Amino acid sequence: MAHSDDLTRRMLLKGAAGASALAGLGMPAIVKAQSDVIRIGHLTPVTGFLGPLGEFAQMGVKLAAEEINAAGGVLGRKVELVIEDSVNPQTASAKAERLIERDKVAMIIGEISSASALAIGQVANRTKTVFINTGANSDALRGASCNPFMFHIEAANSMMVTAVGTYLKTENMIKGKKWYSLTADYAFGHDLFRVAKKFVTENGGEFIGEELVPTDATDFSPYLLKIRQAQPDIVASNLAGNQITNFIKQYAEYGLQFPITGFGFDTAVAWGAGKGNFSGIWPLIWHHMVGTPSSKKFVEAFTKKYGKPPENQSWGDYNSLKIVAQSFNEMKAADPQKLAEHLRKGAKFDILKGREGYFRAYDNQMVQEMYAVRAKDSDKMKDQWDIYDPLGSVPGPNEDLEALAPPKDGICKMQA
Amino acid sequence: MAFVFLLEQVLNGLLVGAYYLLIALGLSLIFSLGGIVNLSHGAFYAVGAYLAVTLTSRIGFAGAFVASPLLVALLGVVIERLLFRRFYRSDPILSLLLTFGLAMIIEQSLRIIFGAAPLPFSIPTALRGQVFLGSFIYPRYRLIIFGVALTAVIATWFLVYRTAFGRVVRAGVQNPDMVGALGISLQPYMTAVAALGIGLAGLAGVLLAPISGVHPAMGAEILTAAFVVVVIGGLGSFWGVIAAAALVGVVRGLTIYFFPPAGEASMYLLMALVLLLRPRGLLGERIQKFE
Repeated sequence: MAHSDDLTRRMLLKGAAGASALAGLGMPAIVKAQSDVIRIGHLTPVTGFLGPLGEFAQMGVKLAAEEINAAGGVLGRKVELVIEDSVNPQTASAKAERLIERDKVAMIIGEISSASALAIGQVANRTKTVFINTGANSDALRGASCNPFMFHIEAANSMMVTAVGTYLKTENMIKGKKWYSLTADYAFGHDLFRVAKKFVTENGGEFIGEELVPTDATDFSPYLLKIRQAQPDIVASNLAGNQITNFIKQYAEYGLQFPITGFGFDTAVAWGAGKGNFSGIWPLIWHHMVGTPSSKKFVEAFTKKYGKPPENQSWGDYNSLKIVAQSFNEMKAADPQKLAEHLRKGAKFDILKGREGYFRAYDNQMVQEMYAVRAKDSDKMKDQWDIYDPLGSVPGPNEDLEALAPPKDGICKMQA
Repeated sequence: MAFVFLLEQVLNGLLVGAYYLLIALGLSLIFSLGGIVNLSHGAFYAVGAYLAVTLTSRIGFAGAFVASPLLVALLGVVIERLLFRRFYRSDPILSLLLTFGLAMIIEQSLRIIFGAAPLPFSIPTALRGQVFLGSFIYPRYRLIIFGVALTAVIATWFLVYRTAFGRVVRAGVQNPDMVGALGISLQPYMTAVAALGIGLAGLAGVLLAPISGVHPAMGAEILTAAFVVVVIGGLGSFWGVIAAAALVGVVRGLTIYFFPPAGEASMYLLMALVLLLRPRGLLGERIQKFE
């Protein structure tokens, strides 16, 4: 049996290169276009390490479109979604342009990666098209990189930190405690660690270890041994996406007993960990146990459609489309040019929480309540979705909602 | 004291090396015999993990541990018969493209069937817990993985170096035409080796599912590391792959001990270094058809 002669070791190296390229490929989802509809672009990663969250985002926005159309659409016109996988910043930018210029979408909803959100935000600003960011947390997007057409229903990192930090303080987990943190080694993680460290040290805690973890790390054992060596009081995660799943699974495997907390979190990564692995106190922008009437209705409709409760990422994309529909109805015109102005006027929206939220004009951040949850013992779980108990919401009922929002430090300068 | 922690990282690195080895061994086998650069190897690892999750709820973890690798090996037979077989003689770039596409199809199928979110899966209660040796800590489950990996390696070694089957396979690696001239058809051997290699990927999937996220892209995540191990070890070298897996595990552990941000990069630096000093890899043999 003859083999071609040019088969060399180089092939194997090419193989290794191909293997890494494989991680970056995506699949486009096409929803075809029709006239006399209001077209909305949805752009979020559904492949790669944020893919699990992206899938929940798509479920949320599709449910919102269905509900809006069932209720008569927007100003008598049906909402039509054009859904795409944003893959990475370069692709996100190219696809945002295509959505706006070729598909003529009225606005864009989506994104989870802070780097891709920045890219889409720049396209939005240049084309004067509204982009509502539903999943990117970096404070820089609300600071130095802010622009009048990029809105954030997703919380900034500093909001996540303050939300969970408030509960950590009442649990006596900060003052005089030794902290050890693992941080995702990219823009989001660095930004999150920066605000988390500020909060912890300002409240009397001390970091005895701060490790950066590459996003492609799947084995955490060397880190766990270092944590065991350092004997901290608290272990904090600033990890992202699938990293958190791997980390909490292996933390349980090594049987480490130091209490865990985290400053960034998504329910899906803990749902995906499995029984007996999840522990600690974590912040959330919303969870499916929030008991307001509109929240219950959303959870019910979502569970009926998809057979599982909505994740916090579904919340963002569902509400964003509802907000856009409501705004167009209030403006009595589906006018993309005026949408940004309208949103910034401080209109209040039911975002399935105890108190209504609004975009503040300073940085286009949605000002809103936040939540914290505590992991349940596995023998108390009713089903695979029942993994934590709500700790409550911040700010408290009598506090100003803006107490939680990033400081108005003047870094964000909106061009008129 | 610092030395003890360093030693602990080295020993832990060996454990981690065991599961790099499980994946890399199959990759190396398939490449050595058929010249197929199997980019879908990680996808078969993912299939193994998904089978483990699906089967465990029906027949328990022990059942899934046996059944999943066998089912993945069976899938390997089908893939070899239908696809790989047509590409042994063609330009290797074609098999590269084939397996690249196959990997995407498998990953996307998993996404369509099971969703993109990770599936919950834990270590069975009986296998949980840690073993303490002096000041060292070893999760019981990781020792089990090590044991299984060791058994798989010894069994593979026995098969390749101590049986009639292995003699034909080794002859096929060195000189397929001569094997044919002796009246032995290599085809069934090719099928068996592909099944074995892909089955090993499935076994790794079952073993790692309880301690890593079970999601569609898990195969792509681990594939690059497996390639690095094969390249460092040297082609056609059984012991080379073993040495490389241990080396990568240890070097990664030590890098994380001293400079964590370079943890994953360390294996690529190691690969570059080995290729510069010894282009054939650590223990790579001179194989006629690859020169």
